[in-house]
Amino acid sequence: MLFALAVAALVLVPVAVTFSSFARVEGDILAHLTEFVLPELVGNTLWLVLGVAIGVGVLGVSLAWLTAMCEFPGRRLFDWALLLPLALPAYVTAFVAIGLLDFTGPLQTWLRESWGFTGLPEIRSRGGVILVMSLALYPYVYLIAKNAFATQGAIALEAAQSLGLSRIQGFFRVALPMARPWIAAGMMLALMETLADFGTMAIFNYDTFTTAIYKAWYSLFSLPAAAQLASILILFVLIAVVFEQRSRTRMRYGTVGRSAASRRIKLSPALAGLALLYAGAVLAVAFLIPITQLALWTRDVIADDLDSRYWAFAWHSVLLAGIGALMVVAVALLLAYAGRQRPGPAMMWVQRLATLGYAFPGAVLAVGLFIPVAALDNWLIDTGRAWFGFDGSEILKGTLLVMLLAYLVRFLAVGFGPIDSGLHRITRNVDEAARNLGTGTAGLLTRIHLPMLRASLLTAGALAFVDIMKEMPITLMTRPFGWDTLAVRVFEMTSEGEWERAALPSLAIVVAGIIPIILMTWRGAHSHG
Amino acid sequence: MAELILDSVSQSYAKRQIIADLTFTLPEGAIGCLLGPSGCGKTTALRCISGFEPIQSGEIRIGGEVVSRPGWMLAAEKRRIGMVFQDYALFPHLSVADNVGFGLRNDARAARQERIDELLVLVGLTAHADQYPHQLSGGQQQRVALARALAPRPRLILMDEPFSNLDVELRERLSIEVRDILKREATTALIVTHDQHEAFALADWVGVMHQGRIQQWDTPYNLYHEPGNRFVADFVGQGALVPGEVINDHQVEIELGVLEGHIPVECDASGCEQCVRNCHVDVLLRPDDIIHDDDSLLLAEVENKAFRGADFLYTLKLPSGQHALSLVPSHHNHAIGERIGIKLAADHVVAFRRE
Repeated sequence: MLFALAVAALVLVPVAVTFSSFARVEGDILAHLTEFVLPELVGNTLWLVLGVAIGVGVLGVSLAWLTAMCEFPGRRLFDWALLLPLALPAYVTAFVAIGLLDFTGPLQTWLRESWGFTGLPEIRSRGGVILVMSLALYPYVYLIAKNAFATQGAIALEAAQSLGLSRIQGFFRVALPMARPWIAAGMMLALMETLADFGTMAIFNYDTFTTAIYKAWYSLFSLPAAAQLASILILFVLIAVVFEQRSRTRMRYGTVGRSAASRRIKLSPALAGLALLYAGAVLAVAFLIPITQLALWTRDVIADDLDSRYWAFAWHSVLLAGIGALMVVAVALLLAYAGRQRPGPAMMWVQRLATLGYAFPGAVLAVGLFIPVAALDNWLIDTGRAWFGFDGSEILKGTLLVMLLAYLVRFLAVGFGPIDSGLHRITRNVDEAARNLGTGTAGLLTRIHLPMLRASLLTAGALAFVDIMKEMPITLMTRPFGWDTLAVRVFEMTSEGEWERAALPSLAIVVAGIIPIILMTWRGAHSHG
Repeated sequence: MAELILDSVSQSYAKRQIIADLTFTLPEGAIGCLLGPSGCGKTTALRCISGFEPIQSGEIRIGGEVVSRPGWMLAAEKRRIGMVFQDYALFPHLSVADNVGFGLRNDARAARQERIDELLVLVGLTAHADQYPHQLSGGQQQRVALARALAPRPRLILMDEPFSNLDVELRERLSIEVRDILKREATTALIVTHDQHEAFALADWVGVMHQGRIQQWDTPYNLYHEPGNRFVADFVGQGALVPGEVINDHQVEIELGVLEGHIPVECDASGCEQCVRNCHVDVLLRPDDIIHDDDSLLLAEVENKAFRGADFLYTLKLPSGQHALSLVPSHHNHAIGERIGIKLAADHVVAFRRE
């Protein structure tokens, strides 16, 4: 319990720190912020949130309905392939889109030279950001809505039809409202990612809170301003969290009868063709085209760029993601164990709080954890100097501590989910059976729990590993000198508009990101047996 | 293999008494059964014996050794008790053979393998040794759980509702099989169930539990024919209680005539003597105590009937309006509402004093 409380406290620290920043107001910077920056930031953020909500909603729900409820050629392939964009960080989709669609990009050049056509809308715009974010994040809605439709859609639709509704009416009046909590939960996850996104916004030069926090830190050198911006961003995020948690409590799986497999709607050839075209187009735009372009660019630059420095980036990425994933798995395991030892409503709340970090944007965590660690550092240095004649300017600041703590807070939920549900599958009777057969506490862990949890631990570790590899703002803002990673390299290259040279590190991140998706679909396919 | 003794064991949880003053002795090698409706405390009793729950008073002894007393209990893993769980709790990451051998890891490799083989033969699963639990049927999983519990030669086997997850047809066959296996291993075993057919098929001794107390600890035969109180009479077997009046210490008169036999009227120290004569009692009539006789002058109306294959179970309405049950061979097919001749065929009397 004490441990769980400590983890929960770690989540609350950044919140408390950012809000307390209002106590030390730097007058002119704050005035500058409220007068020139804030109105634009809030406006940008609201438009973005609205646009992405509609985008992921429409894409996610329509694709989920098609693959879960309808039969058309290629459905089985699309069923999992439509998840692939998850492996593509939004910032990668973003710079590929700009590279392809910009005025100097191949598409516009071709249109201009062959047809004299110049009417293509500008990609570097609000619409462009929303489009890219929607394409990158729709899998959240797709995945969760597909489950909802597959478990209860068919029955609901048949019931509706037996009561005299057409299929279309049945979809809008029964199936869609029934799946609303699921869809809402998926949309809120996508919106949290949107609010947290830094890379895409930086590439598009679209000013939101995350980019503003970064600028406040690196251009204005004002930690308090960064913290104040962070606290406003937290308010936005908390609204999303409340909605997400509320819809989650309303999600109740009522599996009635057989799976939807035998009841899928057989689409007419024309409709099936349209479905194929639609799903294929989304997959192409959201995944196939970007990945092909990445591969082409990589081919162009690989001879020049693949030097020893590049291996250092990759090594740093793997090392950080590895350490971070191990930390996440260890802490998540302990947290889940604490819940097993002492179940109860209090523990449930503590666990929820401790895993809330997934909602906090990396930029917020970077600021919120850097400030207290820096304060601790100063205190340590002062005491060190007074007592031991210590001579130096930083102890903890120059280490990986802030970065790893921020990773832990942000990605604990990613690891906690699979481990906790894995632990729940081990019933108390299994424990008692082992003890009756002469096994003590240590034996219980090594002979029963760890072997039974192996798959869950692996999933948790893989998910955390990939998320940390993709992570940009925390790494960018808190890395010690010399710790450049693949994601940092992507940021540096894209901020100079060198799309080709950003492709190589991006491709490495994407390849690593596909692994857990394959793992997840593989486990999903096998857990039904 | 050892004798199990519970000596006035009590356990309460959050001020609610779960089991009270539980006392019984299960002889070495015998199969006992705690029978009762859900919530009667039978599973808690099992968990106290297995060492997962502490007790607040009394004593539990296995083979003469005290394993639980208030404030102290021997750790579950040191009790040498085998347990078969309701959901079997098989280890999903281990094969059938490794599940069975789980409790044998301190044995030499050869001895361990020999014991595993022996048990797989005993439960008839030799062909499935390398399969995993999820590949087996419910009945097979159950037998793996039993083999796993038996493997380390425990002093006592406990089974919690062992057949509740199985089909009805499978239950009867398996309960006979399980009894056979337990007897061949000569294990002392205690089983918890709410199903009296299971209890009767399996057990040498049955304790009927109600509200945390043992109402009667007896052989199945005696529970049916000599129920000690109204709860046992009602819970075990079918039957009806009809009002009667005691004539003397071996005769009681009911609507259908006079029954003869020892009259074990429940009575307290002061009330018993007065009660022998003219005392009002309820007499238990089992369905086999009333037989159908076309020549009988006693008539009763068929109010309901249940066809059970070899016989009918008729619910009869006696002239006074009282209800009684009668088991009648199935070629006597009477319509509902028909009046049929009946007569008493009870060879002993079970009567409870009327409050």
